[in-house]
Amino acid sequence: MTTKDIIKPENLVYTKSRILNDTPMHYCPGCSHGVVHKLIAEVVEEMDIQEDVIGVAPVGCAVFAYNYLDFDFQEAAHGRAPAVATGIKRLMPEKYVFTYQGDGDLAAIGTAETIHACNRGENIVIIFINNGIYGMTGGQMAPTTLEGMKTATCPYGRDTAINGYPLNITDLLVKLEGTRYVTRQSVHNSASVRKAKNAIRKGFENSKEGKGTSVIEIVSTCNSGWKMTPDQSNKWMVENMFPAYPIGDLKDI
Amino acid sequence: MGKIKGAVVVNTERCKGCELCIVACPSKVLALSKQVNAKGYNFAYMANEDACVGCSACGYVCPDACISVYKVKVE
Repeated sequence: MTTKDIIKPENLVYTKSRILNDTPMHYCPGCSHGVVHKLIAEVVEEMDIQEDVIGVAPVGCAVFAYNYLDFDFQEAAHGRAPAVATGIKRLMPEKYVFTYQGDGDLAAIGTAETIHACNRGENIVIIFINNGIYGMTGGQMAPTTLEGMKTATCPYGRDTAINGYPLNITDLLVKLEGTRYVTRQSVHNSASVRKAKNAIRKGFENSKEGKGTSVIEIVSTCNSGWKMTPDQSNKWMVENMFPAYPIGDLKDI
Repeated sequence: MGKIKGAVVVNTERCKGCELCIVACPSKVLALSKQVNAKGYNFAYMANEDACVGCSACGYVCPDACISVYKVKVE
């Protein structure tokens, strides 16, 4: 049997979701954003909620998420995505509302909005891409930058005496009464991609039940900001990011 | 016992040559082509067609969703 005989529509086992449109993504080669966009598209397609889902795009690399995902989107000011999502969800409680934020957006300028939205227990899903760096603006230090990690604004490595400690915001959110499901996942290999997809699906299902906020942190890579190849940055993430941001469910009630 | 055969189709214009699929493939099927697409990226292709088992690992990790996987059971 030749390859040509195998490539037939009835043998198809995996392909791009139709929710992810044909616009080429502007992300750097190997960027984790692409994988997470793909997972959201797959979850929306599987749950058949294309008409009922509203995303809130952040400021950061994912600012153009609405160009790639084929459903309703709202762009929020920097860090304000949970506040915008709160408004949308309260006006249209039957919709599935999620925010998609990076660490500079969620853990720096948007800390107040994030903590208060979670504390109020808004029935939204927060998807938090944590790569420890400001990717879009040129690789500056973020609150989540690891101790000793080199960035454009801390070229000798993050020094906690000057720059403070890495902010593990997801651990803070676990302690709030309003959060229902808090998990930390990654997308560096096929097994972790499957787990991350299940977590995103669970978050969307939770938001329908109205029992609190679901926070899904995805520990990600920024290979151009970290100045590594995509494969090297995945390995670097496993060695260095995972000890600081351990993978797994932190809260599930 | 039936043998499982797979095949991968790469959307060469979408591919950015990040090599994540090559690393993810357990059967070492994929490689980067010497040719480039319109954007100048070397794209992934099936260098070792016979080894593919259609496990979809390459598709899962692809950040640009440019991989379609086909699988068939050969008696």
